[in-house]
Amino acid sequence: MPDLLVEARHLTKRFGTLTAVDDVSFDVRPGEAFGFLGPNGAGKSSTMRMIAAVSPVTEGHLRVMGLDPATHGPEIRGRLGVVPQEENLDEELSVYENLLIYGRYFGMPKKVIDERIAELLAFAQLQERRNSRVEPLSGGMKRRLIIARGLINQPDVLILDEPTTGLDPQARHLLWDRLYRLKQQGVTLIITTHYMDEAEQLCDRLVIMDKGKIVAEGSPRALIEEHSTREVLELRFAIGMQEEMVARIDGLARRTEILPDRVLLYSDDADEAAALLAARGVVPEATVSRRSTLEDVFLRLTGRSLVE
Amino acid sequence: MAAPPALRVVEYGARVYRRTWRGSVISTFLNPILYLLAMGVGLGKLVDEGAGSSDLALPYLTFLAPGLLAATAMQTAAGDASFPVMAGIKWRKTFHAALATPLEVRDLVFGHLGWVTLRVTFVSVVYAAIMTAFGATSPLEGLLSVPAAVLTGAAFAAAVTAYTARLKDETGLSTLFRFGIVPLFLFSGTFFPVAQLPDWIEWLAYATPLFHGVSLCRGLALEVPFQADPWLSTAYLLAWMAAGTWLSLRFMRRRLVL
Repeated sequence: MPDLLVEARHLTKRFGTLTAVDDVSFDVRPGEAFGFLGPNGAGKSSTMRMIAAVSPVTEGHLRVMGLDPATHGPEIRGRLGVVPQEENLDEELSVYENLLIYGRYFGMPKKVIDERIAELLAFAQLQERRNSRVEPLSGGMKRRLIIARGLINQPDVLILDEPTTGLDPQARHLLWDRLYRLKQQGVTLIITTHYMDEAEQLCDRLVIMDKGKIVAEGSPRALIEEHSTREVLELRFAIGMQEEMVARIDGLARRTEILPDRVLLYSDDADEAAALLAARGVVPEATVSRRSTLEDVFLRLTGRSLVE
Repeated sequence: MAAPPALRVVEYGARVYRRTWRGSVISTFLNPILYLLAMGVGLGKLVDEGAGSSDLALPYLTFLAPGLLAATAMQTAAGDASFPVMAGIKWRKTFHAALATPLEVRDLVFGHLGWVTLRVTFVSVVYAAIMTAFGATSPLEGLLSVPAAVLTGAAFAAAVTAYTARLKDETGLSTLFRFGIVPLFLFSGTFFPVAQLPDWIEWLAYATPLFHGVSLCRGLALEVPFQADPWLSTAYLLAWMAAGTWLSLRFMRRRLVL
C-alpha cells in the first residue's frame, strides 16, 4: 500500500460558476481517522465525492491509493466503502437483500457475501432484522445498515459523509463506538461532519473547511491549542442588558467573542475570569465555564459558528 | 473471467422483482385476459355480426390479439423504464448507491435495459400463451410473434429511459403516459386498422414505433399481410432502440456524474 492513501494537491471542484472546492491540498495516511469539519456548504461533501471517484476533479492533482480517479474509478471504488449522507437503501428489499445486492455489485461470489453478511449484521447489531424490509427500520438502524453495506467489500478506507446527522444521542454514541472499533481493526476512516464533538471524538487529524477552502489543519488538540485558549467562560445576560455589560468586560480576557445571544470570554483560567467579572460588578444571568472546543477554533478562524 | 458488470444490475432487477412481482401480476396476467374478453369477445361479437360494415377478413378477436401483444409490450416497457429510473435517480437514489461501487453509468444503463427487456420477454410469452388459449392464433405463430413484441418493448424501454433521465420530477411521468403511451395504445392500429383514420392521422400513425410493432406482431401471428414492410419496421424499431440507448447513456451521465 502506498504511504499516502489520499494525496490531494490544489484540488478544485466547480459546478458552473460556483466553486465548491477551491484549491485545497491535504494527505490522508493509512490507518488514521481523518476529518473534514465545516458548516454546510463548505465543500466537504464535494471533496469526499472526488475522493470516492464518483465526481470528476475540475482541476488539481488527486491520487487515491496511488491511483488516478479519472482513469481508475472502478479499481478505486472496489477498495473503498462509502457511507453517503443521504439514505439510499433499497427500501422494498430486506436488510439481507440490500447487503447481498451490494456485494454482487462488487462482483463478490454469493458464498463469500453470505459469510460477510453474517459478520456485518453482528457488527451493526441487526441480526434480528436480517429478513425485515428496510422501510420500517429506525433512523439509527438504517444508518448502521448503510455502514454495514459500505463494509461489504472489506474496504481499506471507509468514507463517511455526515454519519450521525439526524440521529438521537443514543444512536450517535452507538455509531461512534462502531466506528471506533473499525479504526482499531486498521480501517482508515475519512469523515465529514459539522459537529465539533464528532470531530473531536473520532478524528486523529482533521482539516477545517470554510467556503471551499481549508482554513486550518491538525489534530483536534493541536488546533485548539493553536487557535484558542484552554478554557472559555460563556455569559448570558438579561434581554437588553448585553450591550451595556459588554462595555465593562473590555480587556478582561485574552479574547472576547460577542454573539447575538451570549458573550464568550477566552481565558486560560475560566474561574479566574469569573472572579474578575464579579470584581467589576458584572452580573450575568447565567455563566458556564468549559474547555475550548473545535467550535471555538472555527469561530476564531471564520468569525462564524459551525451550526447556524 | 467474471461476468460483465451490467449483468449484476440485471440480477438486481430480478431480485427486486422476486419481492414485488405480486403487484404486477394483475397487469401481466389479468389485463390481457380482461382486454381479450371485453374487446375481443364482447365487442368483437358486435363487430363481426354488425350490419356487414366491417371489412375485416378475420374475426375481430383474432385481429385484436396480436396488436394487444405489441401494445402490452410497450406498456410494460414504459412502466418499468420510467418509475424505477425515477426512483433510482431521485426518489430512493439507489443508482447513486450503485455508482459508489465499481459499476459505471454504462453498466447501470445496459443492466437496467437488459432487465426491462427480460421482463418484457416474460410478459410477452405469457401473453402469447393466453392469446393461444383464446384461440386467436396457433401456438407456433403466437410464439413467432414474441420476438417482435420484445423488440417493440426494447425500443420503448430505451426511449422512455432517456426521457425519464432528464425529468426533474414526476409530473413529466404522467405527461408521458397521458400524452404519449395512451394515445399510442389507442391509435397505432391495435384496435382497428390505421387505414380507417383520416389521412393526416394515418401518416402520424405510420411514424409511431408502436404501429410497426403491431404490424410485425400481427403479420407474424396471423396469416395476414404486414401493414408495413417487415424489414423496414424492424429497422425502424432497432433505430429507436439504438438512439434511445445512446441518449440514455448521455442523459444518465449528465444526471448522475456531477
